[in-house]
Amino acid sequence: MKKIYVVLSVLVLLTMLVSVAAVSAAETGETLKIGVVSPISGSAALAGKYIVNGVKLLENELNAAGGVMNNGVLYPIEFVYEDNEAKEDITTNVYQKLIYQDEVIGIVGPDMSKCILAAGTIAQSAGCPAIGTFTTNVAVTQVGDYLFRACFIDPFQGQVAATYAWGEGYKTAAVLYNNADAYSKGLYEAFVQSYEALGGKIVETQAYSGADVKDYNVQLTKIAAAKPECVFMPNLLNEVPLQVQQARANGITVPLIGGDSWDTPEVAQVAGAENIKGSVYISAFSPDNPDPIAQKFVNDFKTAYNGDVPNSNAVLAYEAGAMLVEAIKNAKTVDRAGVRDALAQIEGLALPSGVVTVGEDRNPIKGAAILQYNDQGVATFLKNVNP
Amino acid sequence: MSTLMQFLVYGLQLGSVYALLAIGYTMVYGIVGMINFAHGDFLMIGALSTFFLSQAFSSFAVNGTYSGLIVALIIFVAMVGTGLIGVSVEAIAYKPLRNRPKMSALITAVGVSMFLENFPRALPFIGPSPRSFPMLFPAKRFQIQGVMISTTQIIMIVLSLVFMFILYNVVNRTKIGRQMRACSMDKDAAQLMGININRVISITFFVGAALAAASGIFYASIYPQVDVYMGGWLGTKSFIAAVIGGIGDIRGAMLGGFIMGITEILATSVNSNLGYAIGFVILILILLFKPAGIMGKLTIDKV
Repeated sequence: MKKIYVVLSVLVLLTMLVSVAAVSAAETGETLKIGVVSPISGSAALAGKYIVNGVKLLENELNAAGGVMNNGVLYPIEFVYEDNEAKEDITTNVYQKLIYQDEVIGIVGPDMSKCILAAGTIAQSAGCPAIGTFTTNVAVTQVGDYLFRACFIDPFQGQVAATYAWGEGYKTAAVLYNNADAYSKGLYEAFVQSYEALGGKIVETQAYSGADVKDYNVQLTKIAAAKPECVFMPNLLNEVPLQVQQARANGITVPLIGGDSWDTPEVAQVAGAENIKGSVYISAFSPDNPDPIAQKFVNDFKTAYNGDVPNSNAVLAYEAGAMLVEAIKNAKTVDRAGVRDALAQIEGLALPSGVVTVGEDRNPIKGAAILQYNDQGVATFLKNVNP
Repeated sequence: MSTLMQFLVYGLQLGSVYALLAIGYTMVYGIVGMINFAHGDFLMIGALSTFFLSQAFSSFAVNGTYSGLIVALIIFVAMVGTGLIGVSVEAIAYKPLRNRPKMSALITAVGVSMFLENFPRALPFIGPSPRSFPMLFPAKRFQIQGVMISTTQIIMIVLSLVFMFILYNVVNRTKIGRQMRACSMDKDAAQLMGININRVISITFFVGAALAAASGIFYASIYPQVDVYMGGWLGTKSFIAAVIGGIGDIRGAMLGGFIMGITEILATSVNSNLGYAIGFVILILILLFKPAGIMGKLTIDKV
């Protein structure tokens, strides 16, 4: 009989302990909303798919943890996904909705420089931190001190491409770029500047206007006639495959060099392995990077999305989200201004693409990978370049 | 000189795509009096359905190339299929609005265009990703006096001329052609004369969509990448080509298409940075001097 009392009292004691623990753990703050802006539909819907999938991975991790812990208070996080159709005007509308209607604590995305350049002033004037994922144009963070980015900047990419080309011994280069796109133009300008500073010669510069052009034969005929030792093509995902095919058809056999927009398996599939082999591009991330954090991310992504391999869009979206979460964790006050200050102070945050430190002008300091297409049209990790 | 000839070849290949597509705009405008903004998307449907058909027939392919008979069959099925889609689009979306103000039909057309682009995108087996178009025509390249020409280019330019020739004769020399011309002059009077207008309009949409499918197949053969948005901008340009040629006139559409293609290529070769702008300035100049288009007759009409 006594034994039962002992057992019962122990049980009662345990229940009380557990409930006390539960109460202390249950000190939860209000739900914080994070806006996610990406081109879910429209011409860049492919990028949008990877961005949403990347952020959803982070969302799953946060849901499993119950939220973000700041100063002993657990804040549940809710993600609000919005479609900007890769258009400037719609991005502006969506930013307004997220900031004033959903009252988000911060915004992740969009991925395009031109879109965040259009909407950035709204976030700045409302004092809401916004982190562009793939917004590599220099001007993005110059909009104001509430604008951040998860990627490296265009001049850095152009510089990497120029350094790589010069290092490979190419003394002359030609450029084909899209003069209606800020990304393409930014890379082109930085490439020319760095390449000429190194001593290289640009023998031909050709442009075209807009993402709807599919005929580059005229431009490539002229480039072929100039006989460069390499061709820099910092163009958009749906333009590059046709450019690669038409370059080869016009008798351009020299290596082609691209920016991080080439970083999608579809580029090689559409261009054809025999055309694209030997070409290189700069990438924010390589799934072959042997780093354990990178490998964990790649495996989680593959498990979540039927073996789909994450591209830079997915990684940068995940990292932009992770930077925001880190800032919420460290913020002195859990509000937009506090999160902004914490974002600017991020230092040595270990993310899949490497260790990220937010530097001057709110541009992250991080490395770039150079990838090369092999005979099967598969991009393989060539080397890493650090600033 | 050989470079100029080379650019003319590129201009012709682009122009034949615009011309085939412009015919659809011009026929629908001539007969129904509306601008079918969804017409460019028929091109996309033609190209995408050819992509899937050739996948279905892939067991007949030898080393990635198809025999002439199979290619002809694929193109035929794709054209007829797209033609039928064109007919059903008309029956579902445009027919109920036929006697309403023209603005309603115009807005519906924009809506149909959005639907045709975004519905396939939402289907999981199509999706937004660009795909590599299969090699339907043998891609042998040869040089004639420094000008590089591929068999694909020759086949597509010749075939589109053949299609246009057939269509021109059908419209001018057959009974159904006479009915079409009667409808375009006066729909009500044609009806009173015992012409079945619904049938004529259905046939018009069928022919227009089938030709759009053909232009989509040709376009995807020389620029081998297909996605659901490929029709939008091409449609706009072909519409401009139809206006340049004189909307409502089939010869005008053909001419306008070739002018458009050649202007675009030559302007780009002068200055790649301003190529597009120069091309459009030339087109505006043509319209300033011939407001009704090159072949068109001036009628006052509000859209």
